[in-house]
Amino acid sequence: MTIIKKLLVLLCFAPALALAAGGSWPLESAPLKPTDVTSLQSGASAFVNYCLNCHGVAHVRYTALKGIGLTDMQIRDNLLFTQPKVTNMMTVAMRPEDAKQWFGVPPPDLSVITRVRGADWLYGYLRAFYRDSNTMTGWNNAVFPNVAMPHALWELQGERAAIFAMEKDGHGGEHRVLKTLEPAKGGALTPLQYDQLAGDLVNFLVWASEPGAVERKRVGYYVLMVLGALVLLTYLLKAAFWKDVH
Amino acid sequence: MAADKQVTTTGLLGWIDERFPLTSNWRAHLSEYYAPKNFNFWYFFGSLALLLLVNQIVTGIFLTMHYKPDALLAFASVEYIMREVPYGWLIRYLHSTGASAFFIVVYLHMFRGLIYGSYKKPRELIWIFGVLIFLTLMGEAFFGYLLPWGQMSYWGAQVIVNLFGSVPFIGDDLSLWIRGDYVVSDATLNRFFAFHVIALPLAIIGLVAAHILALHEVGSNNPDGVEIKDNKDPKTGVPRDGIPFHPYYTVKDMFGSMVFLFVFSVIIFFAPEMGGYFLEHNNFLPANPLVTPEHIAPVWYFTPYYSILRAIPPMWESQFPGVAAMGLAVMVFFLLPWLDRCPVKSIRYRGASFKNWIAVFVISTLVLGYLGTVPIDVWGKFGAGVPLVSNTEVATWVARIFTILYFAFFALMPWYTKNEKTLPVPARVT
Repeated sequence: MTIIKKLLVLLCFAPALALAAGGSWPLESAPLKPTDVTSLQSGASAFVNYCLNCHGVAHVRYTALKGIGLTDMQIRDNLLFTQPKVTNMMTVAMRPEDAKQWFGVPPPDLSVITRVRGADWLYGYLRAFYRDSNTMTGWNNAVFPNVAMPHALWELQGERAAIFAMEKDGHGGEHRVLKTLEPAKGGALTPLQYDQLAGDLVNFLVWASEPGAVERKRVGYYVLMVLGALVLLTYLLKAAFWKDVH
Repeated sequence: MAADKQVTTTGLLGWIDERFPLTSNWRAHLSEYYAPKNFNFWYFFGSLALLLLVNQIVTGIFLTMHYKPDALLAFASVEYIMREVPYGWLIRYLHSTGASAFFIVVYLHMFRGLIYGSYKKPRELIWIFGVLIFLTLMGEAFFGYLLPWGQMSYWGAQVIVNLFGSVPFIGDDLSLWIRGDYVVSDATLNRFFAFHVIALPLAIIGLVAAHILALHEVGSNNPDGVEIKDNKDPKTGVPRDGIPFHPYYTVKDMFGSMVFLFVFSVIIFFAPEMGGYFLEHNNFLPANPLVTPEHIAPVWYFTPYYSILRAIPPMWESQFPGVAAMGLAVMVFFLLPWLDRCPVKSIRYRGASFKNWIAVFVISTLVLGYLGTVPIDVWGKFGAGVPLVSNTEVATWVARIFTILYFAFFALMPWYTKNEKTLPVPARVT
């Protein structure tokens, strides 16, 4: 039996062994603040102004933005560009056929993107664009090489240039490896401000991917408290009934 | 008119008992069903499986009220449930994470049967009904997994249905017949929905009833593997080591259920995706027939069988041997009562050879389960974490060796259990 018990313990740690291998570009953890309405509203505003032209969050209704502390009036006056009513979904006006022609692939809907890619990936991606004359858009990305998307936030971040180095692989060949990204032309924001904006955008998209997540955890604590009490009560009940079993 | 039925109960209950076997069934299955008094931790999982069956059915009913089985609407209707249906997220997570919990509980329940010999005479039919439930449950999970209409839903279904295409002679027609189209499509989604919400749940409920009726006919086994009916009080006819299921095990299972629900709630409310193991990341991408994902992985509960499928190389230009091996890996459980020739039931009194083979079986299943979650093309990258698996080649051979060991556990059982050196079994439960 002891072998089996050890195995069961091992099984508990199996997921830790299975951590997926990431890409080569290091990802920093995204500064997630799920209850910070200032950051969420700043992210929503940036999303509507810079992203929503191409990327919808079609499963999110405009009125759902009340969940990040906005009123219907504020939503209508500041954020409602693509639809006539706040009860509509946050879709793009661009037709998918046009999008396919312009970018090669239609820009994906971002409603649940952070559940696919993870917040850290997205935070890294938004901060990893650089100038590349070899691509159709003139931009490239260290986290998502040869992505079809141009740098939509370039006016804010400015331009960056990639520094490559030649590295030998184990099989006698040499490869061009991206080493760092260096500022080439300044943008409207300082690097610190830009990182903060990218963080706000990621924060907003994490919220959009599951608007009920904060509520879920809040409810969860109450459920666990009630269940904890029930564990105790049912244990006492069991013990009382089993007193005479020997 | 026939003579009135004589009943001992009075009032409303008496009125019912004259017309319906309520009190007699209550007694036969609960208040006078005598279960061994020495059930341990492992015996919680039967009642927990029942609890999860109820959970899946109840949450399933509510999901069906809002879900749309239509290729154009399905993905959005799941997001609608998650966002706009009041407490829809809770119902959905209870159902989707409940599926994983169901398999955890069922695997532990089966393992209990394995170590205490609960499949042995006279309980062979209980075991067979149980394996049928397991098979139906796998089908239920597979059909249900298509419904969210994400990339993994779509391509997982595509891969599995294509497996039927490898059956000699009739394969192509068979897979076409299953899909109802040349690719997984709206027609497939609709029929899988029908199977998932009505056909298989009905089958599972019927099989569970048969499983419990068979159990109550012969009585429960226990961690000592001693038949409590061999030692009855001559006056009352009640087994000396038995206690009425109700109230003793009803209160004990209530406690077990609360502990389970506590752990389950920790996952539901704080980690419903379980890091991509219970809800796969790529299933949040809507199904796209034109884009094949790099890595198509089943959910964790199918991965040991998926590994066996991948471990068997194509033979005679056919994938069928791998498919057959995968099927056999599940079907072989049916034979267990006849493969095991040792008269002793419980692992407590069995010999070292059986214990070691159980360990081999558990290790093989875990290793195969792990390898099934790992994409083939990056197996090499896991060299640091898993010492044995340094590259694709090695990983394939590791999978093959453990596939052989998995089957050897069953195939060699008649020999290693025949002359097992067992310990003396006590006359009464300990």
